Amino acid sequence: MSPPLPTDWRTPAMRARLHRRQVAETRFRRLGMAAVMLSAGFLGFLLVAMVGQGLGGFTRTTIIVPVDRTAPVTEAAVEAAAVHAYGPDGAALLADQAWRTARERVAAGRQVIRVAAADPIDAAFAGNGTAVAERRVAALRPALRSEFAWPFLTGADATDPVRVGIWGALKGSLLTMAVTLALAFPVGVGAALWLEEFAGRNRWADMVEVSINNLAAVPSIIFGLLGLALFLGTLGLPRSAPLVGGLTLALMTMPVIVIASRSAIRAVAPSVREAALAVGASRMQVVFDHVLPQALPGIMTGTAIGMARALGETAPLLLIGMRAFIAAPPGGIADPATVLPVQIFLWSDEVGHGFVEKTSAAILVLLAVLLCMNGVAVWLRGRYEARREGGR
Amino acid sequence: MTAKMQARHVSVSYGGVAALDGVSIDLSTEHVTAFIGPSGCGKSTFLRTLNRMNDTIPSARVTGEVWLDDEDVYAPAMDVVELRARVGMVFQKPNPFPKSIWENVAYGPRIHGLGRTRGDLDEAVERALRRTGLWDEVKDRLKDLGTSLSGGQQQRLCIARALAVEPEVILMDEPCSSLDPVATARIEELIHSLRGRYAIGIVTHNMQQAARVSQRTAFFNEGRLVEYGDTSAIFTNPREARTRDYITGRYG
Repeated sequence: MSPPLPTDWRTPAMRARLHRRQVAETRFRRLGMAAVMLSAGFLGFLLVAMVGQGLGGFTRTTIIVPVDRTAPVTEAAVEAAAVHAYGPDGAALLADQAWRTARERVAAGRQVIRVAAADPIDAAFAGNGTAVAERRVAALRPALRSEFAWPFLTGADATDPVRVGIWGALKGSLLTMAVTLALAFPVGVGAALWLEEFAGRNRWADMVEVSINNLAAVPSIIFGLLGLALFLGTLGLPRSAPLVGGLTLALMTMPVIVIASRSAIRAVAPSVREAALAVGASRMQVVFDHVLPQALPGIMTGTAIGMARALGETAPLLLIGMRAFIAAPPGGIADPATVLPVQIFLWSDEVGHGFVEKTSAAILVLLAVLLCMNGVAVWLRGRYEARREGGR
Repeated sequence: MTAKMQARHVSVSYGGVAALDGVSIDLSTEHVTAFIGPSGCGKSTFLRTLNRMNDTIPSARVTGEVWLDDEDVYAPAMDVVELRARVGMVFQKPNPFPKSIWENVAYGPRIHGLGRTRGDLDEAVERALRRTGLWDEVKDRLKDLGTSLSGGQQQRLCIARALAVEPEVILMDEPCSSLDPVATARIEELIHSLRGRYAIGIVTHNMQQAARVSQRTAFFNEGRLVEYGDTSAIFTNPREARTRDYITGRYG
């Protein structure tokens, strides 16, 4: 019997197989690259489109009104000054209630008094007005200027797009998120710890596990119905309040936190648990001194994802009445409020001209809040990990 | 001679499958006891019955008696937290906590309230690290992660962690199996220096190691204690053919 030969790597068939393998590797790498580029492209397009449309929402065209400072500044006086400066249509060039701004600015001792211009002027100055307004703007141009509209960041909803503000919805969102986080995080992490560390393997634990996994897949509007029935119907909590919105979103976010936390807890090496048990740690000490600190970064990532989803949620909040027209920012978690995505939804429904860019501006605010929230999560995580690496 | 720990007719089964059958062994401070035998023979299982680490496996069932001095380890009144503080354990793979070296050693004394002040804990940490010969190597970097040490240092850190709670018994489950010969020699020296003060039980797959470090040897096979006696007798003149085959490498 002859000894077995070494594999012949020179045969054409073998060469062809090697070549096919290499081609497959390259193809897979390129596909992956293409997928990443495509997502980056979509993201870039979204940002460019939103910023392009939305920036207009943050600004307001203003017009100089040479008010007589010696006389009391009344509506009639301001309109008369406008007529005097710009002709018979002068009063119509000013936005509603613009005379109040004029009075404030005179009182503040400003040299040049600028007030918000009327809608058609504002639109034409931005380049998308009617032909008539465009001609008027061309004549007025030296008196016009675009200014950052602080009232948009400090005001609440209004019927007039000139005077709408985002602060009401923003504050509503922040309060709602605070309630959601305060409830969903401890309960979710607690449930995950119990399931992983204490429940053991039995039918009861299996049932809880299946229910939680299913809960994470339930459409969000169902949670809205649940919130409506439970918090408003049975418990009689106030309608439209961030408290109820937060509770409802907490129900929705909790399963996400539970699932993320469980996998983070499961990823903690069993040898660490054994080590702690072997020096005489109780099970609670094992969990709180070793398992939880090691799982926390993963838990925080899961929480950030769940919270981001809750922040963008609209449907369940519509059902519990957070779509009402609220003209004042909420004072607390029990006051009527709306939230950013609902506000965006409401404004996008408005046909009024100025609402289009206000909608885009609100989307930018929502994106900014989202980025801030994730930024805080990343920062917390980094700080926490640095501390753990560092010291005693 | 009085035994520190006595196991009498200990049997263990996992989900109805017998792993250990009627084992009786003593551990004393005068002797280091080595447990040898092929993989799956039940020696690790036996070790884990002594400090009730098997409690963490829900399907494990233990019968028989284990005594620590005159206390029944499996009595309902026995507190496992206290038991495991008195019967320390070192594992096969070094498993320091992913915390600082100081934290690793101070953890046991702290949770048991053995050191009231930071100074007490510092003292306990230094004492334990000195006893394992690690102090001079790490005294300037107590804040570094325990996991940043070399494998041999990590294992000595784990031993220091067990010593820091001042146990009476130390159980070691193949403590050198992932270490190089130099680190292994250091651990063996350490075991020598600990003898007389602690009752030590060590599981090992290395026959030379068993012969070097122990005075008593127990040979397990298929869940039974085949032979148990003075190490010198077992290695030079075993009574059982199976023992002879195993230690000469003809078997298992």
